[in-house]
Amino acid sequence: MIGVTPETRTARTLRLRLPGLTGHRAGQHVDVRLTAPDGYTAVRSYSVASASPGDELDLTVEELADGEVSPYLVHQVAVGDQLEVRGPVGGWFVWDPADSSPVQLIAGGSGVVPLMAMLRAHAVADPASPGAAAPFRLLYSVRGPDAVYYGSELDALARSPLVDVTVLYTRAAPAGNDRPPRRLDAATLMQSVWPAADNPAVFVCGATAFVETVADWLVLGGHSPARIKTERYGDTGTRP
Amino acid sequence: MGIVSPGFFGRGRRDDPALPPGQHLTEGFPVLSAGPTPRITPDEWEFTITTETGQVHRWSWAEFLALPQDDVSQDIHCVTSWSKLGTSWRGVSLDTLFESVESDCEFTMAHSYGGYTTNVPLDDLLGGKAWIAHEFDGEPLEPEHGGPARLLVPHLYFWKSAKWVRGLELLRQDEPGFWESNGYHMYGDPWREERYW
Repeated sequence: MIGVTPETRTARTLRLRLPGLTGHRAGQHVDVRLTAPDGYTAVRSYSVASASPGDELDLTVEELADGEVSPYLVHQVAVGDQLEVRGPVGGWFVWDPADSSPVQLIAGGSGVVPLMAMLRAHAVADPASPGAAAPFRLLYSVRGPDAVYYGSELDALARSPLVDVTVLYTRAAPAGNDRPPRRLDAATLMQSVWPAADNPAVFVCGATAFVETVADWLVLGGHSPARIKTERYGDTGTRP
Repeated sequence: MGIVSPGFFGRGRRDDPALPPGQHLTEGFPVLSAGPTPRITPDEWEFTITTETGQVHRWSWAEFLALPQDDVSQDIHCVTSWSKLGTSWRGVSLDTLFESVESDCEFTMAHSYGGYTTNVPLDDLLGGKAWIAHEFDGEPLEPEHGGPARLLVPHLYFWKSAKWVRGLELLRQDEPGFWESNGYHMYGDPWREERYW
């Protein structure tokens, strides 16, 4: 581990150098295996947040109150420590720079992590690749301003005419926000995303209930199920 | 032993012989799916087994429920590292469904409503090792867990237990299904940690 950046009170980004790694695809995850002195091991999957082409990658880890691995990664592991990492893996929930389709990203809370990798990959994509000119929208549903990851970088990315970022606050909104905090509903969702007629590539990531609900609304709203890719952080166990 | 993380002790149940390497217990029932949940009513549901000669064996929902039913209690292991012990299911054994099927094939591809596929060797479906399950914990299987019915092959990682299953296709040669084409192991034995290629 070569660097660490706090994101919120309960999340931080770990920068890892993986000797031999030659880049990864935006949206992939890695498995982190921790081994205790007595040989006990625990494995969890974490999405890659970065889009760097070389042998470094960032993981943003949210501490779960009942987590086994995440508290260690958020509070204990230090720059210079070694971690056992497998991956990056996954060939489905990935953005392909060869695809010129408009892209709709929909994040619930810490589900923004793999979607951030896609935004970053888009920003650094080879201008000759079809995806470099693809318009991106991110709809980011989050508890409150203190829970937002990558806030200033998202502001900077949104200055591109190709990138639109909408943050919806569910419990506490910042001063001056014109929308009172409330949960995402179907009408707000459909107003915020690319119309189904534009046939966007849709990526939804968040807690299971969030992803289930959003994907159902999108299908009811006319989006093709075949265009909607989902990644769920299960209610317990999947990604503590 | 891998790299030891100083200060990490873990909270898992060590020495639990039911827990494959790298897995941890969950009391919930997490969901892992690649896309939206298909909504299939029992009226439109059917299950087929298609042989290498193109012969199709077909069951409607009513015909399927009229077959002998098994109540099974099994441990399940998801590749994302959770395991759930002693889960309760009700469904039809694949042995029952294959009784009248003539085939020389050794491999199968499970096909699901919504387009999901996964490959399972025929040997792993027979001999009391696999079911088409339609109840979980005494209740009809919910759509997000694969209802109306899913394949249940508990001795392999759970992505092999295809949700919303609609048929099995017999194959002469093994072919990758959906996750197997996307970085996951062709066989998926949790005891050998066959997670990825």
